[in-house]
Amino acid sequence: MEKRVGIDIGSTTIKAVVLNSNDEIIFKTYLRHKSSITKSLIKLLGDLEASFNNDKMYFNFTGSAGMHLSFGINAQFTQEVISATKALQHEGDDFDVCIELGGEDAKIIFFDGNNIEQRMNGTCAGGTGAFIDQMATLIDVTTPELNELAKNYNKIYPIASRCGVFAKSDIQPLLNQGAAHNDIAVSIYQAIVNQTIAGLSQGRKIKGRVAFLGGPLTFASELRKRFIETLDLKDVYVPENGEVFVAFGAALEASEQIFTVAELKNVILEYEKKDKSKMKKSLGALFETQEDLEIFKERHAKASLKEIDIKSYKGDAYLGIDAGSTTTKLILLSEDNEILYYFYSHNKGNPVDMVKSSLYEIYNLIDGNDITIKAAYSTGYGEELIKHAFDLDGSEVETICHYKAAKYFKDDVEFIIDIGGQDMKCFKITDGIITSIILNEACSSGCGSFIETFSTSLGYEIKDFANLAIEAREPVDLGSRCTVFMNSGVKQAQAEAATTSDISAGLAYSVVKNALYKVIRAVDVRRELGDKIIVQGGTFYNNAVLRAFEKEIGLEVVRPSIAGLMGAFGAALESKKLGNKESTLLTKKQLDDFKYSTRTATCKKCPNYCPLTINIFNKKKYISGNRCERGAGIESAKLNNPNLYLYKYDKILSYQSDHNKDHIATIGIPLVLNMYENIPFWFTFFNELDFEIIYSDRSTKAMYELGQDSIPSDTACYPAKLVHGHIENLVKKDIDYVFYPNMPFNFIEKEHQDNEYNCPVVAFYPEVIGANMENIDLSKFLDPYVSLNNRKFFIKNLEDCIGRKLKLSKKRVGLAFDKALEEYKNFRLDVIKKGQEALDFAKEHNKNIILLAGRPYHIDPEVNHGIPKLLQSLDIVVISEDSVNREADQSQVNVLNQWTYHTRLYDSAKFIGDIENANMIQLVSFGCGLDAITSDEVERILKEKGKLYTQIKIDEVNNLGTVNIRVRSLLSTMKGVRS
Amino acid sequence: MAKLEYDETGRLLFTEEMKEEYTLLMPSMAPYHFGYFRDMFRSEGYKCEILDNNSFDVIHEGMKYSHNDICVPAMLVIGQFIDAMKNNGYDIHKVALVMTQTGGGCRASNYISLIRKSFIKAGYEFIPIISANAVGLEPNPGFKINRSITLKLISGLIFGDVMMQLRNEVIPYEVNKGETDRVYKELDKMVSDYFYSRDLKIFYHPNKLFGQVIKRFSEIPTDRSVKKPKVGIVGEIYVKYSPLGNNGLEQLLLDEGCEVVTPNIFDFFIYTFDSAIHDIDKYGGHRYSKFLQKLLIRFIEYRRNKVRRQLKKYGFRVYNHFYDLRKMSDGYINRGMHVGEGWLLTAEMVELIHIGAPNIVCTQPFGCLPNHIAGKGMIKRIKENHPESNIVTIDYDTSATEINQLNRIRLMLSNAKRNLS
Repeated sequence: MEKRVGIDIGSTTIKAVVLNSNDEIIFKTYLRHKSSITKSLIKLLGDLEASFNNDKMYFNFTGSAGMHLSFGINAQFTQEVISATKALQHEGDDFDVCIELGGEDAKIIFFDGNNIEQRMNGTCAGGTGAFIDQMATLIDVTTPELNELAKNYNKIYPIASRCGVFAKSDIQPLLNQGAAHNDIAVSIYQAIVNQTIAGLSQGRKIKGRVAFLGGPLTFASELRKRFIETLDLKDVYVPENGEVFVAFGAALEASEQIFTVAELKNVILEYEKKDKSKMKKSLGALFETQEDLEIFKERHAKASLKEIDIKSYKGDAYLGIDAGSTTTKLILLSEDNEILYYFYSHNKGNPVDMVKSSLYEIYNLIDGNDITIKAAYSTGYGEELIKHAFDLDGSEVETICHYKAAKYFKDDVEFIIDIGGQDMKCFKITDGIITSIILNEACSSGCGSFIETFSTSLGYEIKDFANLAIEAREPVDLGSRCTVFMNSGVKQAQAEAATTSDISAGLAYSVVKNALYKVIRAVDVRRELGDKIIVQGGTFYNNAVLRAFEKEIGLEVVRPSIAGLMGAFGAALESKKLGNKESTLLTKKQLDDFKYSTRTATCKKCPNYCPLTINIFNKKKYISGNRCERGAGIESAKLNNPNLYLYKYDKILSYQSDHNKDHIATIGIPLVLNMYENIPFWFTFFNELDFEIIYSDRSTKAMYELGQDSIPSDTACYPAKLVHGHIENLVKKDIDYVFYPNMPFNFIEKEHQDNEYNCPVVAFYPEVIGANMENIDLSKFLDPYVSLNNRKFFIKNLEDCIGRKLKLSKKRVGLAFDKALEEYKNFRLDVIKKGQEALDFAKEHNKNIILLAGRPYHIDPEVNHGIPKLLQSLDIVVISEDSVNREADQSQVNVLNQWTYHTRLYDSAKFIGDIENANMIQLVSFGCGLDAITSDEVERILKEKGKLYTQIKIDEVNNLGTVNIRVRSLLSTMKGVRS
Repeated sequence: MAKLEYDETGRLLFTEEMKEEYTLLMPSMAPYHFGYFRDMFRSEGYKCEILDNNSFDVIHEGMKYSHNDICVPAMLVIGQFIDAMKNNGYDIHKVALVMTQTGGGCRASNYISLIRKSFIKAGYEFIPIISANAVGLEPNPGFKINRSITLKLISGLIFGDVMMQLRNEVIPYEVNKGETDRVYKELDKMVSDYFYSRDLKIFYHPNKLFGQVIKRFSEIPTDRSVKKPKVGIVGEIYVKYSPLGNNGLEQLLLDEGCEVVTPNIFDFFIYTFDSAIHDIDKYGGHRYSKFLQKLLIRFIEYRRNKVRRQLKKYGFRVYNHFYDLRKMSDGYINRGMHVGEGWLLTAEMVELIHIGAPNIVCTQPFGCLPNHIAGKGMIKRIKENHPESNIVTIDYDTSATEINQLNRIRLMLSNAKRNLS
């Protein structure tokens, strides 16, 4: 029999295997294709040719990128999961599960006799291998080094596992807080494990004999270890040829076409020559002519800051430090705002060291010169950390710094957009006041650094990569939802053999479109934002991005020469205001003695259990990661400010059964979703009927993980995914029934129209629980369909559900309903009364008010991640949407308004619009489809009333770094508005 | 030129005067059905056209003018319309947009308001947007779903469903390549002409025409000796039927050598009537309304029965009676779950398994709320009861890559083909 060849072309690598007639591997090879697939394939075939000169062999292709090519040349193709299955079946027939992680896709195979179930991850959770690469780049190690780091860890941080972008949003702030790289490395692996379980197991248990396939699982021993520990696996198998295993499967299947290597090479060369113009999604070239480019460059050279030689300077100097999320920037200004020194570097996950070495450099440069540093300010993500570490004179929130810097270049600037490595920030300025701040939410983060890490992975310097884009004739459309999608877009473009320059330009467009249509949401920029625009941030050094931005908005913008240093520049400008004699900044001598260490701890002062990083600078302690001041060891009067979120949460939990009474049965209620609104009702109802009511415990991340393997849809919102954990928790308790009703409708709150709907997820999640959770005894699971708006039908539905079973008379059920209804009304009135008290308190004590508007379930601290506490620690009075909605003008809004909780958002927005010193922050859970509608409308209502709109998107992401910046920006803007 | 008139809430109305001057534009959702809708509106004296522009600009405009987290049907419809305004040479002061609106807990009920918002953003606030619905939301003096239109719609939906079924049932097996589509075009024209004729007897069920169509399809020579996997398409109504929404899924599956089975659209409408009945039984409501809905279902099924007899006569698959279809979801999901496609989606998956199409593509817009429950949420149980089922869920999104979707569909197809042998 002829030899068989399997060629696996994945998203990052090409693998080939040659088998003899005994199914033995006689040749294997593995190489990274770095985006040029056909070229690498030809090279690989060259190797093959050397060994199998004129042999006729069967060829079979597999892998996501191989799919396109094999169809182009009409070659045999086997889908990669099928190949993996074949290969595994060849190894043995005793496997229960196989987990395969690739560069782009994650797959799982369940073996159950003849019944094999194969699954691939959803689009949202793509890019496992790419994620590991990106994270390694982030902390400046290679992927093998990352694995080494993970071997010695002390603690695993909770990291969002929804997708790479979210995980990165959690990791970035940890880095900035100085968390140990060992701990971060292991947490990255744990996030991948959690993502795989939550996204792929979908109710099936991963147990028994488990095979691990694919690059990451073959090479990273610690990643395997995380899987083994998390799933408590006893029997795992890693094939010897793990990296070429899928190619092996394809080789086993090769049977259709027979070629010599040379013949196949010719076919592929022919194919490559063919016209590829069918690529349908081409965007316009960035520059039509060389002349365009010259004019463009000349225009942008104008906005520059003068640099002078520090050696020749004498006098005062001012230092600004911008400790950004991925980069650290320093600038030293002369009295006349000339640059004496600047520093811009990737922080390699260690901003403190970066600043320290940079300060040394400065001291060495000014040594002997007559230069006095009069003041030093910090800003950015690591603002507080740096301030405490180096005894700076002060710090300022980054929005203000950026505005000050932009104003320096264009006094009448109307709009600033800053695209950094991780975040985007946009400010609108009217009459010299920042009137609106737009920050990206998690999905848009990391766009800037994505271009960089991508170019690094191809072996380009970012500058050269950007220059390639300038030559691009047909930039490819790579999508703009987030970097996970862009990554997948790039893989497709590569498979379709797009040139690197077209990809580079395509990425520039993607980042710009993400900024414009996802973050800023502006269509007619001139009308909505004005035409005096400053663009800044490190990403705009990339001329392709700058050009794509100008082309997309159809306007010319200003990019200062120090685009990436604007925060630092602004901080230095701000520090001048102090009028200091001399800065408190550590002297050179003090720097010599500077010692810095970190350790981690968990704050136990409240159920948020904030993970703390304790930074020790010499003997000084600085604690980060805390939500409120108690974590930092400070007790404060601010904690007495009224906070409706904390009040409501306590109030809901105060409905407790008297355990000494005699009960007819115990009934368990999960503390989830609409239950945070309906507990007063259901508790009273069942209490009246002599049930003992037992709740699930308070939500925690651990509880979420307990239920994550039964989640069928990974794109559902976090509050819904948490239900699985609550039910797991509940069924472990000694209870007779679990009660979790389907409630399509709420109480009717308004008279004039149907507005009593619940969202589909809130309304029908019990169906998902019943159909997906194996640990629940369905005979004990009560999930009736009920509406509370019709007494007669309510009684009937409850009769059918439990009444008859326990011989409860209709009359008693009816009376219990009446009592329950009354209690619910009392609860609502109480919340409204508390809301009024909070408003009065704020007025009396002249405090800022934030209407934190979300859904009832946002009072769960695991869902809101302690944001209400954070606000409180900033001396804010926090009220909730349901405490003020009834006070508002009840008129119509511009959208179909039929959901109760959403109606409250609109009404409370109208209400807050008329209150002084008050602003609104809308909490939006990721995946909430309805908030795509509400957020626009709420923003419109607030804008009409001249208020700022701030949205905070929350999910599993636990770190409040960005939230902190957002809230503080809002407060500083409020100050601006007020003055 | 027609004067712009507004109602008391400030909504721009479609006036009777506009009916004379304006062209109604309908974004195409289901290619087999919408042509007939156009013709029946024309027969009622409207100027009417279907939008089926599908260039890359559609996606681009949609992204620009809609919230990026909104589901893909809304984004595409908005994109399609704005692109048409810019590039299709319409007199933008002489057009109005018609959209269907269902109501209910899904965010799709809000499409009309979203389109309105995007129009304001794009500077088209003078273009009237008409909600076509059965429940009397947002009335317009110049546009009425009257008795005549209603009856025509019933026939049109049945025709669309039959054409969709027959083309898909015949084309994979045709002996002479291209013949099915030739016949389809010919018959499609015939049905179109029927709906366009102004003196249509609306109370009369076009039994003869149905017979002609079904007979003609049955006469196409086929060769069924090669077994082909049957693949069902279920999911959110827009991405299920619209080639623009699902990247031409039907054609893709055909090209891959499958027989495509797409459940009828009409069942979705009957399901909304049935849901209203359910809610009245469950939570209280008007008996009269319940009576009317029941009557309507009976009437529709009476007419569909006539078609079923013809299908049977010529050896085609006879689709289930609505109430039999409804039974399919028993043991999976409650009838009370009727937002979006609700229990119907689950029922269709089970039905497909029963009729020998256990290979299913479950389509949904990225982040679709009802499908978390009725689609993805039910697959585990279906798989338990029917181990032979082979279901792949695909999220559609303007940013999602084709290669990603294709790779998953190919995985499902590989298994489908393996199970066949």
